[in-house]
Amino acid sequence: MPRKPITVKPKLEYLSILDGEGKVDEKLDPKLDADLAVKIYRFMVLARRMDERCINMQRQGRIGTYGPCRGQEAAHCAASVVMEKEDWIVPAFREPGSFFMRGWPLETILRFWGGYEEGCQPPEGVNDLPIAVPIASQTPHATGIAWGMKIRGAKQAVLCYCGDGGTSEGDFHEGMNFAGAFDLPVVFFVQNNHWAISIPREAQTRSETIAQKAIAYGFDGIQVDGNDPLAVYVATKEAVEKARAGGGPTLIEAVTYRLSMHTTADDPTKYRSQAEVTKWEKLDPIPRYQKYLVKRGMLDQQTIDEIEEDVKAEVAAAEERYEAARDVDPLDCFDYMYTELPQELVEQRQEFAEAIEREGHGHGH
Amino acid sequence: MALMNMVGALNRAMDDALRTDDTVVLLGQDIGQDEGVFRVTADLLRRYGDQRVIDTPLAEGAIVGGAVGMALYGLKPVAEMQFSGFAYQAFHQVEQHMARFHNRTRGRYRMSMVVRMPYGGGIRAVEHHSESRETYYAHTPGLYMVIPSTPRNARALLLESIRSPEPVIFFEPKAVYRSFKEEVPEEPETMELGKAQIARAGTDITFVAYGAMMRPTLEAAEDLADTEGVSAEVVDLLTVSPLDTDTITESVTKTGRVVVIHEGPRTCGIGAEVIARIVERALMHLEAPIKRVTGYDVHFPYFARERAFMPNAERIAHAAREVLAF
Ligand SMILES: Cc1ncc(C[n+]2csc(CCOP(=O)(O)OP(=O)(O)O)c2C)c(N)n1
Ligand SMILES: [Mg+2]
Repeated sequence: MPRKPITVKPKLEYLSILDGEGKVDEKLDPKLDADLAVKIYRFMVLARRMDERCINMQRQGRIGTYGPCRGQEAAHCAASVVMEKEDWIVPAFREPGSFFMRGWPLETILRFWGGYEEGCQPPEGVNDLPIAVPIASQTPHATGIAWGMKIRGAKQAVLCYCGDGGTSEGDFHEGMNFAGAFDLPVVFFVQNNHWAISIPREAQTRSETIAQKAIAYGFDGIQVDGNDPLAVYVATKEAVEKARAGGGPTLIEAVTYRLSMHTTADDPTKYRSQAEVTKWEKLDPIPRYQKYLVKRGMLDQQTIDEIEEDVKAEVAAAEERYEAARDVDPLDCFDYMYTELPQELVEQRQEFAEAIEREGHGHGH
Repeated sequence: MALMNMVGALNRAMDDALRTDDTVVLLGQDIGQDEGVFRVTADLLRRYGDQRVIDTPLAEGAIVGGAVGMALYGLKPVAEMQFSGFAYQAFHQVEQHMARFHNRTRGRYRMSMVVRMPYGGGIRAVEHHSESRETYYAHTPGLYMVIPSTPRNARALLLESIRSPEPVIFFEPKAVYRSFKEEVPEEPETMELGKAQIARAGTDITFVAYGAMMRPTLEAAEDLADTEGVSAEVVDLLTVSPLDTDTITESVTKTGRVVVIHEGPRTCGIGAEVIARIVERALMHLEAPIKRVTGYDVHFPYFARERAFMPNAERIAHAAREVLAF
């Protein structure tokens, strides 16, 4: 009848490979091949430029409220890049780079924030879910998809995003617990950007780390420097490979920072100091990674400029495609309610059509 | 008196409550330091401190469940759901506990608490921020479901909801938060829950509406008066459950013609219940079939399609003309 400490099996680790100054731990460096390394960089830049464009477009009234990802590009781009085509990604809402990388046309993001259901329609052949607005409600879906994989014996895995605030929701815990209980091939990836609107990470939970929450559910947790694409890549790659090999779930906490406002409707000066933001601006993942790639000889000034030019053109083209498709028919809000429209909805649709006609509504926006 | 919008008026009600009753506690996401995403709780943290105005972690279930616990302990919690679209994460606490504790403990425990939340469309908001699902709560026995329509009645109804021994779901029409101002008395003012008001007196037709739909409904009434000399009476429900059947049926007895207006889906909407009461109590006074101008039974569209979708004054006036022409 002793009283003694209990040791538990799951491990809890921290990983950083490329530090804020651009110094790299040679032993831990995954030595990515140039194509992959530059691909990650390119999507980080694309996410950044698109983000800037979205804020502008919101200011001009061309899209609605927008939630920027500035500062979090390494966290989600270097994680999503690990996923194979047949894998599934279950996003929250601050991972635009992930969508772009998976082949969602850039303008789908504009459509989502511009008030169009079309912004939620995945392209054919892409196994991703659309943005999930209700915080952490997507977590059990990731668990369920992974469950399907296990039941069908598929060698696939799921990557599920969430924010630090989301880790307080019941769905987050229930989804994680099921994943542990059924030993499912899913990686829970928390972008801990230090804030959930105005609530700082320290006020969200008394846990010292978010990663340690995995221990309670019986699987490994790892906290990584989320502004270090190498650490994010390595942790995600290992977790996904483990999941695919039947090793069960992992929780990754990527420690990063939301450099912008929560959304364009938010005023962060009400709750956080400029000094804190300035500190994190110095840890911006893009210049840090760029420096590393240049030092490794995988990037030079000419390629950096070319990437900027390409990305600029891509963003401009997406904006044009968005503008060209803004006239939508409000009536079609009936069209996807059921596979076959019940009679009473046929009648309501007719009633709505007559109202639109009478009132002379244009199409959309 | 002070001229204020609904945000200011709701803030004043909570200030009244916090000042006059030290058992009142506010809790919710971003209500303290950030003063609420719509600034409804502006300055309250500074004035009353973090034991009475509490910023919580992100979990609606624990906010409402925690508020139930506080109410059991004898506090008067006023919980905020950031948007009504995220109150489903707390729905089990509302249905299983908030609505039932009084009954299942045979009156030993009261659920003197309020859950406030902004609801409704029209502000070009992202998915899940525009719905009107008052029916869920009206359909739950044991709750009061209150929806103000103007700054002054918002202040009076919120203060009364907080003071009331009953569990109250308080829907705030966010489209009206800042859309107009009204004189609101300095002194605390309350209004009885469960009572509708005649917002405009008339003799030819009755409009029954509430919340954000009161504005287009009153506009339609003015328009009908100007263009056709029709005298429309407008009933503002204010409390949609329990429903003030008397005020509705008295008006209908007088006019014999009815249009019911709400943003939420038509099927099992508040309108369905209003019409059932009219049919039960005043059928013989009806001179025409009743019409409903409501949201359709589809998901509230993302905002590019919302302007066409939402009931408006023209749609209400059109329905009224059909009812009048019958
Ligand atoms: C269930 C639910 N509650 C509240 C909200 C409103 N809301 C939107 S984002 C947010 C904060 C989310 O914080 P976090 O999970 O850290 O993600 P981040 O915004 O930092 O990416 C809140 C409270 C919501 N969308 N869903
Ligand atoms: Mg966060």
